[in-house]
Amino acid sequence: MSDLYQVSVSPHIREGVTTQKIMLCVIIALMPASVFGIFNFGFHALLILLVSMLSAVLTEYVYEKLMKKPITVSDLSAALTGLLIGLNMPPEIYWWIPVIGSVFAIFIIKQLYGGLGQNFMNPALGARCFLLISFSKQMTDYASKGGFLPLVTRVAATTDATSGATALAYLKNGSDFDLGALFVGNVQGVIGETSVIALLIGAVFLLLMKVIDFRIPVVYLGTFAVLVCITAAAKGYGNPFIFTVEELCAGGIMLGAWFMATDYVTSPVTNNGKIIFGAVLGLLTWLFRMVGSSAEGVSYAIIFSNCLVPLIEHFTRPTAFGIVKEKKSKKEAAKT
Amino acid sequence: MSLKKNSPAERIVNGIYTENPTFCLVLGMCPTLATTTSATNAIGMGLSTTAILALSNLIISLLRKIIPDRMRMPAYIVVIASFVTIVDFLMEGYTPAVYAALGIYIPLIVVNCIIMGRAEAYAGKYPPIPSFFDGLGMGLGFTVALILIGGIREIIGAGTFFGLKVTPASYVPVNIFVLAPGAFLVLAFLVALMNKLHIGFARRKDVDLSQGMPCGDCMNCMKVGMCGGKPEKLQKAEILSSKTSAGETAESRHKEEEA
Repeated sequence: MSDLYQVSVSPHIREGVTTQKIMLCVIIALMPASVFGIFNFGFHALLILLVSMLSAVLTEYVYEKLMKKPITVSDLSAALTGLLIGLNMPPEIYWWIPVIGSVFAIFIIKQLYGGLGQNFMNPALGARCFLLISFSKQMTDYASKGGFLPLVTRVAATTDATSGATALAYLKNGSDFDLGALFVGNVQGVIGETSVIALLIGAVFLLLMKVIDFRIPVVYLGTFAVLVCITAAAKGYGNPFIFTVEELCAGGIMLGAWFMATDYVTSPVTNNGKIIFGAVLGLLTWLFRMVGSSAEGVSYAIIFSNCLVPLIEHFTRPTAFGIVKEKKSKKEAAKT
Repeated sequence: MSLKKNSPAERIVNGIYTENPTFCLVLGMCPTLATTTSATNAIGMGLSTTAILALSNLIISLLRKIIPDRMRMPAYIVVIASFVTIVDFLMEGYTPAVYAALGIYIPLIVVNCIIMGRAEAYAGKYPPIPSFFDGLGMGLGFTVALILIGGIREIIGAGTFFGLKVTPASYVPVNIFVLAPGAFLVLAFLVALMNKLHIGFARRKDVDLSQGMPCGDCMNCMKVGMCGGKPEKLQKAEILSSKTSAGETAESRHKEEEA
């Protein structure tokens, strides 16, 4: 009898994947973008990244210590949240703003809902939106002293470099932008979003490591591109295809699509659900960017879609093996 | 609390602390969330509601034997709406700034859940004097809650308190706190704090929460641990959740077994 009790439920063979390893992979994948951000914007960007990571880890540690919960700092999820918050900050922001963001992300969005795996929206993006509403002036001031690369602000050299307008602000009016600069990333923006090439290196690494699934980002970018292309053609913005590529390379959509929308906790687990989730993200981002009044809308699109995830999962629940749908069984019964 | 039940003092303490309408009964959420952008608005809303609550409770209690049971809701609304109209005109005349800031929420006091709730739960059943003090206590509890929420939101979100600058010049206001999300955040933290206080209060009375309450359904009861081990007290006041009916049957079954 006693042996029977020791039989454990499946799975019996486990893969060596742990939360810690996955989080480490994502952090490594973000390194090219972080290094480029520091290179692009100078050492203040490094300070911002370190401060936000440190405060996120510290918040998690203090909360779990005070609440007498097991300390989960070593799974690196808090560090990743902190890093993402840092990458979402304008380069010359006060150091205490990302600290407030990290505390909000870890304490309110993550821990109060029950810790890792329980949060209903991406903590880093929730914190970004919180800061964007709270400190809108500081959070949209992209003016940078510059790092080691000359910043390209726009094609024609008529506007001054210190105005702090991002590439998206120019694209908003349908005007053109230097595509090469957008791809390399020596433009204005938040620390981690500017360099498309650095973000794509990280994304390929994550895909190769099988940390993320291609469905969400590919469907997201695809839906967005199609919608933008149609809009650009309808509005007569020069070459709609080049405009679409510029929209894809500008702003936070690359960072959002590959690193934020693919967060395990806040994205659907089913494959069909992932496709729907990606399509909703693309539609919302298009709405916010092309129809709405603001230039950027990736973070709002992602946290809004995060809230839809339980609904998406409800409608895409796969049929369990061996279960026949009722309608079919009725037909079969009628045949026999 | 060793105060005599239904005495004026007991009713006021009950309204402000034990059954605070905002933090414990969680009634009247619309005005709570919408009008607490500053402490001034909060106190305006709170005091106007208090006046209406106390007076409508008094009148409804006086009329409780005349109003037919089936017609009580329309009758209550007529009484409440009369007082709201008076307060509406008074505020428009004497405090135009607060009136402008509160806008639609003054006429909407007519359908405030606290007022309807107290008319239904208390004033329709008890004599005028306790009913008046019940309304006063509930109103003061509402006012205190609104000032707390409004004050915290105003200090964090605008750096002022009752319109006076209280933070150093270098303070950057956290704008979100005067917007809707701030209302939800502050309310949630204050309700959590109040729950903590109430559970602590119940524990000090040597009530073993781990074994559950005598009615047996503490987990599904909206007043966890507040009955102090005497659920019949709360049942009388009809504030136990509907789930307790399951607890009752368990209790009666238990009695049958004993017999």
